[in-house]
Amino acid sequence: MTAHVREEGPGQGGNPALAHVARPGEIDTSHGVILYIENLTVSFDGFKALDGLNFYLNTGELRCLIGPNGAGKTTLMDVITGKTRPDTGTVFFGNVVDLTQLSEYEIALAGIGRKFQRPTVFQGHSVFENLELAMQADKGVWQSLIARLTGEQRTRIEAMAETIGLIGQLHTRAGLLSHGQKQWLEIGMLLMQDPQLLLVDEPVAGMTRHETERTAELLVSLAGKRTVVVVEHDMEFVRSLARQVTVLHEGRVLAEGTMEAVQNDPRVIEVYLGT
Amino acid sequence: MPNASSTESPTPLLVPPTSQQTTAEESTDSERPRLHTRREWILIAALTAITLILVPVLNQLPAESGLHLPDYFIPLFGKFLCYALVALAVDLIWGYAGILSLGHGVFFALGGYPMGMYLMRAIGTEGVYRSALPDFMVFLDWKELPWFWYGFSNFGFALLMALFVPGFLAYIFGYFAFRSRIRGVYFSIITQTMTYALMLLFFRNNTGFGGNNGLTDFKRILGLSLQAQSTKLGLYMVSVVVLLGAYLLCRYLVVSKLGRVVTAVRDAESRLMFCGYNPHSYKLFLWTLSAVMCGLAGALYAPQVGIINPSEMQPSNSIEMAIWVAVGGRGTLSGALVGAFLVNGLKSWCTTAFPDLWLYILGVLFIAVTLFLPRGIVGLLPTNAESAKSRAQS
Repeated sequence: MTAHVREEGPGQGGNPALAHVARPGEIDTSHGVILYIENLTVSFDGFKALDGLNFYLNTGELRCLIGPNGAGKTTLMDVITGKTRPDTGTVFFGNVVDLTQLSEYEIALAGIGRKFQRPTVFQGHSVFENLELAMQADKGVWQSLIARLTGEQRTRIEAMAETIGLIGQLHTRAGLLSHGQKQWLEIGMLLMQDPQLLLVDEPVAGMTRHETERTAELLVSLAGKRTVVVVEHDMEFVRSLARQVTVLHEGRVLAEGTMEAVQNDPRVIEVYLGT
Repeated sequence: MPNASSTESPTPLLVPPTSQQTTAEESTDSERPRLHTRREWILIAALTAITLILVPVLNQLPAESGLHLPDYFIPLFGKFLCYALVALAVDLIWGYAGILSLGHGVFFALGGYPMGMYLMRAIGTEGVYRSALPDFMVFLDWKELPWFWYGFSNFGFALLMALFVPGFLAYIFGYFAFRSRIRGVYFSIITQTMTYALMLLFFRNNTGFGGNNGLTDFKRILGLSLQAQSTKLGLYMVSVVVLLGAYLLCRYLVVSKLGRVVTAVRDAESRLMFCGYNPHSYKLFLWTLSAVMCGLAGALYAPQVGIINPSEMQPSNSIEMAIWVAVGGRGTLSGALVGAFLVNGLKSWCTTAFPDLWLYILGVLFIAVTLFLPRGIVGLLPTNAESAKSRAQS
């Protein structure tokens, strides 16, 4: 995997001493595309969750993925992150990294972060420890055994806690946080990994209106430096992100374009928006 | 199973609510993981002094003195120390990584057997048949030593094997089980099967380890008579030191980042994978280490108890090991120790007072702990990390 690493990433306040060990190197995106998915098919007991799907993602893009239940949105995320293996088709991260050949943790190390639909944090650990575990570092057994937190890393963790509004709960057990706070913590953990591609599954479920707005701001601010894919049911939220939208239906891309174009597409209206 | 507590954070027994602890102070302890606070160190030192010095001194007092500790207590305590070491090993993998093993008895026995083989070889020609071969081989009419007994007249080699054999078995078993993502109750059942299968294997005379009688009638260790009280005291004191060392090692593991990663395996394994950790290698490391610790316990057990036989591999023995930890409080190292001493102390007393009732008592104890004390006896203590932290915060 490291063979594909061209040079060290720009570093987001990371520890330069760790730069050589586990930084997700710059992925080769010389054609301006960070993710190539071609002819992807996944079936479960004969049911085709994804059916010859083609999907490309430009570097630095913020893309929203919508579609009715069972359209294949989560399955697509599962394939990209290595949780599900495709029956046929190719999934390339940049020009050379073949994601179908890597396991979940290798994909994470290569620079793809994922937020689950249901907020998944380490319940027994404090907010601080959650962020610490997610932080970019050498994640081998031996390294963890001798790991010491540097002042710089501590500052980074605290800065992230500030960003996600949990600085006051730094030493609270994550299990005690509210649903919205857990969502934020998970987003924070994702950012601590410093991934190039973020897959965010339903980030605003269970959030208040105010929290939803802040989440939208955060995601918009990430685009450009990183590539972000958001799966969301909340149309209002998708509209507020106001970016490229891909509509999935029955395992295929039904339409792609701006929110307005998609909303006015008669096929989309028929299967999804309904109105 | 007391799974209700699986989302609870492990609550170290030995974290007193130090009122002066400020948030600033609190934040320094992650930088250099501190094993214990000063007060806890004092408690550990006191317990070590009692077991390592006071117990032998009381034993050496003249028999007419009121404080004299009868001789038979020493190997009994030594046995408890071995069980406590096993409990630590079980807790490490169950309490912290959430992997319930019901087959740790096999690692214990596989540590005991190599040591037993050394002790058999150390008998020399003083056996019943006055042969250079162990008695059971003469009895089976074997003319020469099987190849797998070679080298066991050397103490160092036997000790090494007592660590290596359980570790190797655990590594191979764990490698395939974790790679195949076998979890939860399925994993536990397979460990039961493993210990049962090996028990049947060791019961056979042809296997070459003394069949159902196992290895016994040991005479001496490193040239010292095993009947001498001084040897018994020596073995007991070695056990204390080994247990202390193992405890500190485990403590270091669980307060290190590795400990936090392993607890995260228990709580949200998929999240951990998507954070870039390979949970299988963490599990495998801890699992193998746990088996090696069990092997060491077995190696200390054989000379002190004077016998090692396949009944150590009975499935019920391994279940009992899990009960020690559940009773004491899993996810806390101190809980494992407390549980091992308490349940075994109770067992020693019950099996003399009302031998027929012991299994019922054990069953009731386990059910009661599961229902009413999901965090074990140690969980009853009011001081825990949460309260210390919240106090530090306010």
